[in-house]
Amino acid sequence: MSTFTANIQLLYILVAACFVFGLHLMNSPATARRGNQISTAGMVIAVITTFVLLIHDGTVTAVGWTVLIVGGLLGAAAGLWSARTVQMTAMPQLVSMFNAVGGGAAALVAVHDYINLESAHGGVLGTTTVTTLLDVIIGSVTFSGSIIAAGKLQGLISGQPIVFKGGRLLNIALAVITIGTAGFMLTTASLPALLIVVLGSLAFGVMMVLPIGGADMPVVISLLNSCTGIAVAMAGFVISNWALIVAGALVGASGGILTKLMADAMNRSLGNIIIGGFGTGDSALPVAAAADAQIRSIAADDAAIQLAYASKVIIVPGYGLAAAQAQHGVAELASVLEDHGVEVSYAIHPVAGRMPGHMNVLLAEANVPYPQLREMEEINPEFPRADVALVIGANDVTNPAARRAGTAISGMPILDVDQAKSIIVVKRSMGTGYAGIDNELYANAKTSMYFADAKKAVAEMTAAVKTLVG
Amino acid sequence: MSTALVTDLTIFVLALLVGIEVIGKVPATLHTPLMSASNSMHGIVIAGALLIGVTADNVVGYILAFVAAFFAGANVVGGYAVTGRMLKMFRRKAAPAVPGEPVPARRQDNAS
Repeated sequence: MSTFTANIQLLYILVAACFVFGLHLMNSPATARRGNQISTAGMVIAVITTFVLLIHDGTVTAVGWTVLIVGGLLGAAAGLWSARTVQMTAMPQLVSMFNAVGGGAAALVAVHDYINLESAHGGVLGTTTVTTLLDVIIGSVTFSGSIIAAGKLQGLISGQPIVFKGGRLLNIALAVITIGTAGFMLTTASLPALLIVVLGSLAFGVMMVLPIGGADMPVVISLLNSCTGIAVAMAGFVISNWALIVAGALVGASGGILTKLMADAMNRSLGNIIIGGFGTGDSALPVAAAADAQIRSIAADDAAIQLAYASKVIIVPGYGLAAAQAQHGVAELASVLEDHGVEVSYAIHPVAGRMPGHMNVLLAEANVPYPQLREMEEINPEFPRADVALVIGANDVTNPAARRAGTAISGMPILDVDQAKSIIVVKRSMGTGYAGIDNELYANAKTSMYFADAKKAVAEMTAAVKTLVG
Repeated sequence: MSTALVTDLTIFVLALLVGIEVIGKVPATLHTPLMSASNSMHGIVIAGALLIGVTADNVVGYILAFVAAFFAGANVVGGYAVTGRMLKMFRRKAAPAVPGEPVPARRQDNAS
């Protein structure tokens, strides 16, 4: 190893250290911004180091420089534009698109490396091919899968699971063709074979995400995020670059952890989500209790009285709140109540929103201080002390039926909303949630239903509270 | 198995373990920023995309280099920008909203 290469490697290790440290600072909202800055600094060092390497190498042609710089700058502009303009409700789509381009770029690195080696030596054998193949397969699956996921989140593709006859068979066929061709390539270098692997993986990515329903998106995005990381790490193996290996592994680990957390919070196994269909098998059992129970509805004035004379209110936001763009209204209602001396906190279920932690971001955007955002385990013991639990746009995650065996959501961790002294549920209709079962909470004697769009309901309640306390 | 591959594998496995250890402690509040941060981190693939340039000398190579540089550029710049934007919104206390004012959370504490 020459001094120059050694120095370059050292710089790449410094980059990796910046990433680890940056991630470490993500442990608290107070230090997270500094973490992001350190990670950014690492990335800047990585890019500069790579340019030094390119210049030192001296083999980059004039056209090569042009395509790299023009391509990079155009990409940077596109990325910056979307980052600046994206609505926080649309974050999951953007993250998904970044997964797509990251995975795509990683796959292209391996494709180029393969073409290059194949033309130079008339064949690539052994270990190069294994990591190359993994990079190409994982990168391509992530690329097409993430685009489909983004399309579903954006509403360009139906959020319903798209299943058709023979779909599973097609999936198996695609997997067999792709892996079979990849196996063939281990012993025989062949460009057409690589093309088959790329196309097979792309098709598999599409087929994998299409049957997955919109509510499973937190799991899917986490999984694709993890895959992108692994693809980038594989690209690091292909071009022997430690920065790529370390960064890719970190992302792979983070995505993996989030995938598990999300799947656990939905009480579903990863395999069950990928194969599709919610609660297939035992979901047919109806919840008899709720069917003929008394449902009580409530109007703004009564709700306002309950809220204003409470000493502790817990707000339970769900995706319905974000869909109705009601987060700013809720924040206003909460601050009016707080000014009146009511203690307000938010109970956030791990899968509230369309990606891990999405609800927290939406509420943070609405200027809700983060210490008020409480995680499920932390807030659950406080429900019995709450005078009012205000459920807005959340459904399955509040259903006490999850505590019993034999329902579609049995075993799913839920918020103990039914423990509160009284409960107000804001909902447009009695329609069921994603799991397709009735929510027993609505039939609870302590529950009042406020039938309205979240945004409208929150505005009405805020106005009523203001009149009451003003 | 070559020495280089063994070294790379060692680094990979250790980095995975470090990742699990470091990230396992991130609170749910920060899961979206965490994913966004890790998203920008896999933008490191920009280094790989740029290194394509070392050997690209024909049309196919140039096209691959261009697309890879475009993808990675979007990934890395967009990722960091949106993570920064998101983290800026997390405040300890509800501050009087001054749009676009990058006042750190600490100082808002004292002010309010």
